Amino acid sequence: MTLHVIKLVIKTIILAVLAAMALGILYWLVFASDWSWLPKNLPLLAKGLWLTILLLVLSVIIGFLLAVPIGLVQVTGPWWLAASARWFCTVIRGTPLLVQIWLIYYGVGSLFPQIGLVYPGFKENFIWLIRLDAFWYALLAFSLSFAGYEGEIMRGAFLGVPRGELEAARAFGMSPWKVLSRVWLPRAVRLVLPTLAGEVVLQLKSTPLAFAVTVMDLMGVTYKIRQDTFRTFEPLMLLAVIYMCLTFLIVWGFSFVEKMVPQKR
Amino acid sequence: MATKPGLPEILSFGDTGYGDELLSGLALTLFIAVMAYALGLLIGMIGAMGKIHGSPLTQRILLGYTTLVRAVPELVLILILYFAGSTALSALFEALGFGAVAINGIAASIVVLGFVQGAYHTEVLRGAIQAIPIGQLEAARAYGMSPILEFRRVTLPAMLPLAIPGLSNLWLIVTKDTALIAVVGGGVELAKTAQQAAGNTKMYMTFFLTAGAIYLTITLLSQQVLSRFERHLRRGQRLQT
Repeated sequence: MTLHVIKLVIKTIILAVLAAMALGILYWLVFASDWSWLPKNLPLLAKGLWLTILLLVLSVIIGFLLAVPIGLVQVTGPWWLAASARWFCTVIRGTPLLVQIWLIYYGVGSLFPQIGLVYPGFKENFIWLIRLDAFWYALLAFSLSFAGYEGEIMRGAFLGVPRGELEAARAFGMSPWKVLSRVWLPRAVRLVLPTLAGEVVLQLKSTPLAFAVTVMDLMGVTYKIRQDTFRTFEPLMLLAVIYMCLTFLIVWGFSFVEKMVPQKR
Repeated sequence: MATKPGLPEILSFGDTGYGDELLSGLALTLFIAVMAYALGLLIGMIGAMGKIHGSPLTQRILLGYTTLVRAVPELVLILILYFAGSTALSALFEALGFGAVAINGIAASIVVLGFVQGAYHTEVLRGAIQAIPIGQLEAARAYGMSPILEFRRVTLPAMLPLAIPGLSNLWLIVTKDTALIAVVGGGVELAKTAQQAAGNTKMYMTFFLTAGAIYLTITLLSQQVLSRFERHLRRGQRLQT
């Protein structure tokens, strides 16, 4: 009996708090929020959105292309290649992406003067490398990160392809390359397809970190707007809504692709 | 150009090196991670129970919570909650007549990370509880166990082996997510320490590699401990081949 009363009280309190929060947000949206900055910052936001999407798509493609050999050598490669691939995955998955991005952007950048000491022509010949935009460093970091996470998954996928199918391919007299390109890789990719959507969403959710190295992606643009307009919440809320839309778009897109690829169940 | 101090010197303890600073950063990182994880676990436990046994309204609210939190980048969520939370708390205190309060950055980080972790914990625990064969829970109820006894004797031991891979993953994620605190400025934890040290000395490679190595050590040690714990929890189960 008392348990029921306590439950009821707790439930009422929680509901009251939630309702108060919802009302507060609604009140703020209607009366206190200021969206006058939005129209003139739209081009900036569009540019940021484009950079975020570019960062996501390129890093997923490059990362996946790297992940295939990383997964493959762990299954069939010589021991030293397998060991280094496994170490690569462990290191990428065991350290924060933020530290990786800092290391690649500031760390590699700080090496340039030292290279210049050893190789005097470095500054003249590689001026493009020194002037390189932060975007490319971020892209490198994100691609390596995606390769690390996806490489581990590809390893499992290569192992998950039924042995009999590979033996059948070999029995047909296919060369190892042909076995890989016609049977092993397509089957492995089909196996990872359901998990790929989740991985891409995770990758999308890590792209705002690029702003830590001055890339003007959605996050960077939002930060600039915040500093220009002194509005804290409106830009951040818009940012959250845009990321949510992107997430649902990715999930929806991958489920569409998955339905197109036939699979025997 | 002044000569740069050598590697052992710059990482040594005391006034000449950053060893002690890094160590206290590590301590803060571990503290934030443990507290946020515990808070996430608590939220997750309540959330999972609510998702399974709650009324349709509770389930709707929890679905909104887990979906929203898992669809928005952690960094954005942390920024929003950090600023919104501190503003709302200040407004609340001012309305109550206490005057403006300064929010403790570390406490705020813990709450925010815990809130984000809670959404993932909810899903992991819900999945694990629902994977228990329903007959076992019905048997417990048929013996006349109270809900608390049923949870302690049946649900928890049956659920933990199923939940532990997801829970270990979340622990590894939270240790790495503490680095995001450095971007918000919530406290001088490991990543922030490394950033400050690297900025002061211009030895970016050294400090970011050191910080990376420390995070990697945390991960590898945690994996060792967690896999031993999992083996302990699975001791009554049949070996899977």
